[in-house]
Amino acid sequence: MTAAHQHQRQNDQSDQPAMPREVLAAPDMSRALTRIAHEILERTHGGADVLLLGIPTRGVGLARRLAERMSAVENRVVPVGSLDITMYRDDLRIRPPRPLARTEVPGNGVGGMVVVLVDDVLFSGRTVRAALDALGELGRPRAVQLAVLIDRGHRELPIKADYVGKNLPTSVREQVTVLIEELDGRDAVLLGPASSSAQGGDVR
Amino acid sequence: MTRHLLSAADLSRDDALLILDTATELARLADRPIKKLPTLRGRTIVNLFFEDSTRTRSSFEAAAKRLSADVINFSAKGSSVSKGESLKDTALTLEAMGADGVVIRHEASGAPHRLAGWIKGCVVNAGDGTHEHPTQALLDAFTMRRHLGNLDGRRVAIVGDVLHSRVARSNVLLLRTLGADVTVVAPPTLLPVGIDGWSCAYSYDLDAVLPKTDVVMMLRVQRERMNASYFPNAREYSRRYGLDAARMAVLPDHAIVMHPGPMNRGMEIAAEVADSERSVIVEQVTNGVSVRMAVLYLLLGGSESAIGMEPLPAELTGAEGGAT
Repeated sequence: MTAAHQHQRQNDQSDQPAMPREVLAAPDMSRALTRIAHEILERTHGGADVLLLGIPTRGVGLARRLAERMSAVENRVVPVGSLDITMYRDDLRIRPPRPLARTEVPGNGVGGMVVVLVDDVLFSGRTVRAALDALGELGRPRAVQLAVLIDRGHRELPIKADYVGKNLPTSVREQVTVLIEELDGRDAVLLGPASSSAQGGDVR
Repeated sequence: MTRHLLSAADLSRDDALLILDTATELARLADRPIKKLPTLRGRTIVNLFFEDSTRTRSSFEAAAKRLSADVINFSAKGSSVSKGESLKDTALTLEAMGADGVVIRHEASGAPHRLAGWIKGCVVNAGDGTHEHPTQALLDAFTMRRHLGNLDGRRVAIVGDVLHSRVARSNVLLLRTLGADVTVVAPPTLLPVGIDGWSCAYSYDLDAVLPKTDVVMMLRVQRERMNASYFPNAREYSRRYGLDAARMAVLPDHAIVMHPGPMNRGMEIAAEVADSERSVIVEQVTNGVSVRMAVLYLLLGGSESAIGMEPLPAELTGAEGGAT
C-alpha cells in the first residue's frame, strides 16, 4: 500500500505520462509458477487425472509451463491444452467481433478429468464464467479448478481462484499486463495506468 | 454503420483472411460432442430465397443454427411473392418481424444491393443472378488453403460457363485479393464481353492450361439461363471443355479438382473425376457451413460488423471537413 502510494507521488511529480512499473520480474514469475505447480500436485494427490487448460492468449503459455514443471516432478506427462472463450463472452454485443483463438483438448477430452483452468490475470471473473460455459459444452469434468498468476481484485461475479501466483491490490483505473517469453520476448508483470498501457498491452 | 457482404470485392485482404482464419477455428467445432455455440442467441436471420437452392440455403441454415440464431426460411414459392408482392415490400415485412440479418438469393443481379438500401439489418448475398456469390468464393478459397496453404502465386483455372457464372466472378475477385493467379477457360461464346477488364487471364484451350494449374474449378453449364445456343451440342462441349480422366492425368500431382455444385456428371465433369481422390467437391460443402458461420459471426456477433463494405468516403456522402 505504501509502496504504491509512493509510486503514485513520484508519477505526480514528473511531467511524463506515467510508465508501467514492473511488479513481478522473471525470477519472481518463475518461482510463483513452480509453487503453483506443486500446490496443484499436492491438492490433487499427484495430479493423476489433471488436465491443464490455458485461456488464450497468455494463459496458454502459462499452462504449458505449469505442465512442464508438474511433469518434471512426477516423471510423467501432464496433459495441457487451450480453451477459447470468445464465443461465450458476455460482452460480445457491446464490442466488435473478435478473432477466435484455438481450443485444443488433448487425449480423451475433459470427461472425468480434474480440469485446471489457467489464466494470467483474474479481474472481474467474467472470463472465468465464460470459460465454465465453454467447458460445459466439451464434456463433464470431475472437478474444475482455477489457477491465475495475478489476482488483482475487483470481482463482479462470485468466483475465486484455487491457486494464485500473487495477490496484487490495484485500482480499477490501473492496467495489469503480463508479458511472457514466448510472445513478448521476456517474462514480467507490469502495473500501469489504464489509458497508456491498455493500448500498449493490446498491441503487443 | 451496418455493413453487408454483397460482393467479394467488398473484402480487403485482411477481411478475407479474418473470415478464413475464423472459419478454421469454427471448423474444429465439428469434432465436438455439442456442435453449437451460443454466440448469436436472440438474433434473427431470414433466409430469403427467390431462386431454387438446396445446398446454399441449407448451408446458411445450418450455420445460423450452430450459432444459436433463430432462422426464418422464406422461399418465393408459396409466399406472397407469387401473389405479386415486390421485393421491397417483402423486405420491409421481414424487417418488421425483427430480422437482424437477411441472406438473399435472387435471380436479378443487384437485388441484394437494392435490399441493403431498404433495411436496417445486414444483408448477405447468397447469389444474385449472374453477378456474384461471395460466400461460395470464400468457401472455395478456404478449401484451397486447406490443401495448398498460402494462396499467393497459386494458379487457379476456372473452366466452363463463365458467362452465366456468379461463382466465377466472385472467385476471380477474391482470389486476386488473396494473391492467386486465375485463368478462366471457356469457349469464346461463354466468356462475358468485358472479360478484358477482369483481373485474370483467359484462354479457350483447356489442354494448354491444365499442366500448369494447382486448382481446377469446373463450372456447370447453366442451361436454365441460356436463351440462345452457345455451343453446337453437349457432346462437343464435353469433349473440348469437360474434365475427364485423361485430362486429370496431366494435372500436377498436388492439384485439386473443385466444383461448386450441382454437377452434371458426364457433361463438364466425368463421374470418375468427380469421385476421384483429387476431387474435394464433398469437402467444399462441409467447409461451406464453417465459412458461413464465420461470416455471420463477424457481421452479426458484435456491436458492429468486423468485415464487409466500408462506409462511403466523405466526398460521396456530402459530409463536411477534410480527411481525418
